Amino acid sequence: MKILVLVKQVPDTATKIRLNPGDTAIQTDGIKWVINPYDEFAIEECLRLKEKAGGEVVVLSLGPSRVEEAIRQALAMGADRAIHVMTDAVIDSQVAARALAKVAQEEGYDLIVTGKQAVDDDQAQVGALVAVELGLPQVTVVIELNVDVESRRIRAERELEGASEIVELPMPAVITAQRGLNEPRYPTLPNIMKAKKKEVKSVPLDSLGVDTTPWVRVEELTLPPERPAAKILTGEPEEAAKELARLLHEEAKVI
Amino acid sequence: MNFDLTPDEVMIRQTVRDFAENVVAPGAKDRDEKSEFSFDLMRQMGELGFFGIPFSEEWGGSGGTTVSYALAVEEISRIDASLGLGFAAHVSLGCSPLNLFGTDAQKHEYLTRAIAGTYLAAFGLTEPGAGSDAGGTATFAERTSDGWVISGEKCYITNAGHAGYIVATARTSREHRRISAFIVPEGTAGLSVRCAYNKLGMRSSETCEIHFDQVHVPADHLLGEEGKGLHQFLDILDGGRISIGALSVGVAQAALDASIDYATQRRQFGRTIGQFQAIQFKIADMAMEVEMARTMVLKAAWLKDQHRPYAKEAAMAKLFASEAAMRASNQAVQIYGGAGYMKDYPVERYLRDAKLLEIGEGTSEIQRLVIARQLGLEGDR
Repeated sequence: MKILVLVKQVPDTATKIRLNPGDTAIQTDGIKWVINPYDEFAIEECLRLKEKAGGEVVVLSLGPSRVEEAIRQALAMGADRAIHVMTDAVIDSQVAARALAKVAQEEGYDLIVTGKQAVDDDQAQVGALVAVELGLPQVTVVIELNVDVESRRIRAERELEGASEIVELPMPAVITAQRGLNEPRYPTLPNIMKAKKKEVKSVPLDSLGVDTTPWVRVEELTLPPERPAAKILTGEPEEAAKELARLLHEEAKVI
Repeated sequence: MNFDLTPDEVMIRQTVRDFAENVVAPGAKDRDEKSEFSFDLMRQMGELGFFGIPFSEEWGGSGGTTVSYALAVEEISRIDASLGLGFAAHVSLGCSPLNLFGTDAQKHEYLTRAIAGTYLAAFGLTEPGAGSDAGGTATFAERTSDGWVISGEKCYITNAGHAGYIVATARTSREHRRISAFIVPEGTAGLSVRCAYNKLGMRSSETCEIHFDQVHVPADHLLGEEGKGLHQFLDILDGGRISIGALSVGVAQAALDASIDYATQRRQFGRTIGQFQAIQFKIADMAMEVEMARTMVLKAAWLKDQHRPYAKEAAMAKLFASEAAMRASNQAVQIYGGAGYMKDYPVERYLRDAKLLEIGEGTSEIQRLVIARQLGLEGDR
């Protein structure tokens, strides 16, 4: 079985985001980059499928040269090889999906897995759009995945608000991973050392022959407003409770 | 000059850091209080390949650098110094002698399993009558027709309770100061191990007494050359100093992080205590010493990786880093004030753990002697 896993490099979730006025992108100097956490669940699931059914896990990633760090990390976890679509351009989900779908088409696959969304811009579009580009069935926000390699059928449980849904679909398909699907492994140290010997094929975005005109343009970014200091009510419990009720009603307007 | 780590070294450090923060941190306080050694954590570290960092792939290692190994010890020790001590002792004292002086058969039989974390490895040098003076070893190995019979005792031996083998030193001559090293497998008749010390710090590392009562080992369990044991062990200790230096950097960094954390939250006189110069100066000194200690440790590790002489730099790094850890953890308790004296915060643990670093694998006094000898200064004869 050949599995493609789409991996995005994002700023570490603990990063303090900085912006200059008028910026259309965050300040990236000194930022620590990591694999999108949802993509880690996707990688882990692919590795488990490979361990059960055999085959190959190919990492597919898009972005500037720094992305190679994330690719090496995925290879250290156990992926077999990688394709890096190189670009320094700012691109939107649509262009990313077109490029990734094009590479996937050339590469061939039985299954495509990625995170349900990237934690940088949180758009949750690329997985779904790749499925659309390739005309594949898809199931998103998956928390349990069963693949029957013989019958080439997938049974996936996906998370809904307050419920879950079981979906059955044929292979090939696109799966997007939610937290809870698995517990991603730590790369073992021998695998970290082996990762540097694995193949990473670099493909310039411009060489793919896909339309790279973005559909979305960022006008401006602003940081969320600082939260005002908390109000602490003092005095007798009875009066404090009255004041709290008044504030909830008049200021917060929640009751 | 290039101070950058390689991409491999960065990834190894990050992997160990993630493991330390997510898996080691949760029970560290509890294990210290109960004096509870976790072989399970050690086994997991073995499975992830932490023990094999500096060893060849032939024996299940990663063929990595001493620099990577030092970074890994620092990261574990920043979270749990006791576990860091178990790690450092296992690799530098338990595995290294086999790696450096073992035959292929010995490596195949013992080193591969120690690297995999199937069992730990211990190093028996210290005796009730032989500490800093390793030449005073009284344990004796008598040659027989098919091997050796060892009798004697060892004390303060790390990891011996879970050791698959103990590398032990013993005299092999009644007349001369000939000391040799032996591989003593666990379960050998006459070997008894007792791990019941009640310690000030490093409480969740395993520290044991060992008794050899007519312990017979076959001839092929001699490690290295007969009579060269002392010389071999001095080599091992040079490498071990880098790991204790790295352990010390981890403790000092933890003390620094905890101090900054508390200084920016604790309020007195209407402001955070971090706004007072008295506290700022303490923290600035701590940060400077952490920086110096880490640089010295990594330089010694780098020299070792380049196969250059590193004995002096390793002794200096161990000496400075351990004393820096002691000062940093002491100042951290001071910054926390009354709270720092309580077990609710980790800084008192750092202080108790740090004290061992000035003693273990060569006291600070011995390090100064080693440095002085390296500078050409002779002692009394």
